[in-house]
Amino acid sequence: MDNELTALGIIFTEFYYWLTVVIMFLIHVGFCMYEVGASRHKNHMHTLMKNTMIIPLVTVTFFFFGWWIYFAFPNGPWITGGLVEASHAVVNSEAMGVHMGAGEFNGWERINGVFWAAFLLFSWTAASIVSGSVIERIKSSGFWILAVLIGSVFWIIDAAWGWHAEGWMVQLLGYHDAYASGVIHAIAGGFALGVLIPLGARIGKFSADGTPRNINPRNPWLVTIGLFLIYTGFWGFYVACNIPMWDIQAGDGVFYSATNIYLAPTTLSGITFNFLMSLSGGLMAGYVVSKGDPFWTYSSGLAGIIAASAGNDLYHPIQAMFIAAATIPVIYKLHFWVERRFKIDDAVGAVAVHGYAGFIGVVVAGFMLWGYPSSPNPEYATVNPLGQFVGALIMFGLLGFLPGFVFASLLKKFDMLRVPPEVEILGLDISARVSEINDEQAIIDAEREYLNSN
Amino acid sequence: MSTGNFENWAGNISEIGAVYPFVGSETFLAIAGVIFWLWWHVKQSKIENEDHKKDVEKWGGKDTLLKSIDKEDPEFP
Repeated sequence: MDNELTALGIIFTEFYYWLTVVIMFLIHVGFCMYEVGASRHKNHMHTLMKNTMIIPLVTVTFFFFGWWIYFAFPNGPWITGGLVEASHAVVNSEAMGVHMGAGEFNGWERINGVFWAAFLLFSWTAASIVSGSVIERIKSSGFWILAVLIGSVFWIIDAAWGWHAEGWMVQLLGYHDAYASGVIHAIAGGFALGVLIPLGARIGKFSADGTPRNINPRNPWLVTIGLFLIYTGFWGFYVACNIPMWDIQAGDGVFYSATNIYLAPTTLSGITFNFLMSLSGGLMAGYVVSKGDPFWTYSSGLAGIIAASAGNDLYHPIQAMFIAAATIPVIYKLHFWVERRFKIDDAVGAVAVHGYAGFIGVVVAGFMLWGYPSSPNPEYATVNPLGQFVGALIMFGLLGFLPGFVFASLLKKFDMLRVPPEVEILGLDISARVSEINDEQAIIDAEREYLNSN
Repeated sequence: MSTGNFENWAGNISEIGAVYPFVGSETFLAIAGVIFWLWWHVKQSKIENEDHKKDVEKWGGKDTLLKSIDKEDPEFP
């Protein structure tokens, strides 16, 4: 940074991503509130800790190998080439720490940590999406292994493939998913579905004839405020999906703009229109479809944004609104149909809100943006319906559902997936609750003794 | 004497490179970090299984379970 203009550019970028990380942290405050509110009193502490410990476990593993996967795997590997050398992202690189610049890293040493953290917050989100659906019966030990797999392995493979300027899916399929309908939401929803099958339903969720019973949120206020906070963090997510300042006019001039992750132009202004219009479309449709049920109305706001996210860098705001609104009845009905038909107990509707809405969002972008360039590189395939459909299958099915099902089944085999039925009935907080009662009783006894002796 | 790559901030800053102490120990730190992470999973799993075992032994009888369900029942006096 030997002149003020270069310094301004670099430090602005560093600060830009740092700020997105702080805003995105609210997603996890929201997820914790939401899940605890959705769980019954007897499971509150377990539910809270299950989600909280995603943070350190996914963080350390994303430091150890997740970040390297993103830069090493854009070619598959072995689809469009081999492993890509990524000296700044390997765990023992000097660039993975405080570094003053110069040398082999070509500027990466200045933004490596903030860019890593922005991706890491997406990793926590992927794991938190799964966390909500499995509450009140999963073993923490099993869940945290699954959290590392979705948060530090599978989602970041899909990001390298379809959310990287040189990813093979972008090159060959014309895959376009600017704000991660498929890359985060479809994969996490698919993974959750894969885990739910071997995990099974909570005791009492289905009657003998298979009719589902409602296990309503214990605290609807906490659930809705949690979802509000997730919306807030989602702003940070949208901002973090951009490169804030990039020379987009290749060859014959200089034109600086914000870009999407593929280095193709968009504007922060445009995505702000689309974020709010798709949120509105989702909320309005959700209110009508669920007849004003707060849980589903709030969730539909989120699903609305997710459904429009694949193309929200380019859509018109009214298009974003209609795509969001049209997706809601489909995912709402699909959720209850899958629940009845396959006895799937998704406690918070995460498979529908993230998985189905994300899948639909990717597919719809294939029609809406048909023929658009997927990348500034003119040799890459253009956006098309088939490429997007195959992309959605890869996200939801190949990298989401399949590993979720396989690894959860393996954990089940080793008795690491589900708590004993007695503990489920007593509540997962039973030891803590009894110890709390004993502590209170000891104080009451001491107070009584004090009064009697004075 | 410094545990880092430099003794003071004078001169060309960019030539300093990494500024954390014991530059060169990154591979050792990475191995130690991975071992700590794996150890944590093993330890946590043992603690959780022991807790569940104790819970079932202490309160897993049918009568206790029925009582605990009654406590959850809003219509139970």
